[in-house]
Amino acid sequence: MRFRDLVAVVMLAGLYSLIASGLFIVMDAADVAFTEAAVGAGVSTLLMLKTLTLTGRYKTPKTSRHIIAFVSVALTGGLLIYGTHDMAPFGSADAPSQNHVSRDYLENSISETGTPNVVTSILASYRGFDTLGELFVIFTAGIGVLVLFDGTGARSTLRPPLADHLVLRVVTRILIPLILLFALYVQFHGEYGPGGGFQAGVIFAAALILYSILFGAAAARRILSDDETRVLAAIGLLLFASVGVMTVLMGGAFLDYSVLTEDPVAGQLLGIILVELGVGITVASMIFRTFLEFEDRQCADEAQK
Amino acid sequence: MMTLIQQLIAPLMLIVGSFLCLTGAIGMLRFPDFFTRVHATSVTETLGAGLILFGLIFLSDGLVEVIKLALILLFLLITGPTAVHALAKAALAAGVVPDGETKKISSQTNGEPPLKR
Repeated sequence: MRFRDLVAVVMLAGLYSLIASGLFIVMDAADVAFTEAAVGAGVSTLLMLKTLTLTGRYKTPKTSRHIIAFVSVALTGGLLIYGTHDMAPFGSADAPSQNHVSRDYLENSISETGTPNVVTSILASYRGFDTLGELFVIFTAGIGVLVLFDGTGARSTLRPPLADHLVLRVVTRILIPLILLFALYVQFHGEYGPGGGFQAGVIFAAALILYSILFGAAAARRILSDDETRVLAAIGLLLFASVGVMTVLMGGAFLDYSVLTEDPVAGQLLGIILVELGVGITVASMIFRTFLEFEDRQCADEAQK
Repeated sequence: MMTLIQQLIAPLMLIVGSFLCLTGAIGMLRFPDFFTRVHATSVTETLGAGLILFGLIFLSDGLVEVIKLALILLFLLITGPTAVHALAKAALAAGVVPDGETKKISSQTNGEPPLKR
């Protein structure tokens, strides 16, 4: 089965993410499900659709068949499926992932970090260095988009595509404040429930993108100008990294938040809140800016025609 | 009184809600054109999900749960119909002709292949 209609492909990919997110919920991985729903089904589908407005909706049909490509894909896929036979059964007690450090995390999270949501304490504190790396990846990807797209310096003056939708305009006016509020809740409630900086940043960006779809990129830039998003993206990352530097200066290891205050547990909580905030700021501003850059390119393309 | 609601009305709401979701799914597969199909899904989204959430509200214990479910219900009731409205309007603008209409209402397909229904 082949799809020439790329919109259908993107929608199927989004649906796949949504179903995967449901599966994660069934497996009690609420944080992962949340991320998958917000990033996989939400924002990446949106960005892919935005890309299609630049590239065109229909794939040019190719009659040639790539035997080598087919064989290599089939071989790799077959090997991957073969590899899953060595994976421990789901939930098995002697799986490597259960025997390494996860037991320590589960038992000591509350007493060491004061964070009931173990996912957040692992992500932000125990494996904080990994998360810093992830944030660097997002930041670098964002810079890549800016380098590729912002060369012309053109600013979109396109009429927002949904400007005539009166119902949508009214409903969105009601919804945007609620979405922003929810993003803040997800951001600062991440220590107690599912959520955290990544999800909150994506939701925050989604609200801004929704605004820009309905009221135009120029109106959205009045909320957060290009200079502001650029500086904010850097500030988020700097906040994360400087918390690490701060802990070193105060006599601890890099990103060991216990030394931040007199009480090690309070220090951990403070550190986790700060780095999660850094993550949220960088993710939100980078995704929002990426969307605006796509919009600018679309405007420039249409001006050339 | 509360037990009567919990044991009788709440399950009834869940069953009727599930039934409506099922009819929505069947309608989505069986209805003839885009607009009727989108209508079927909107039944699932508003009345089906609404009744299920209402039933759950009666079954839930604790005020926080009730408030959360009510907020989800409110959110669904606002967003669902809006999304369907936007879909139908977009389809109409893209030149999808409802069954029974003979002439195109507007054609803005920009030379791309006409949309299949």
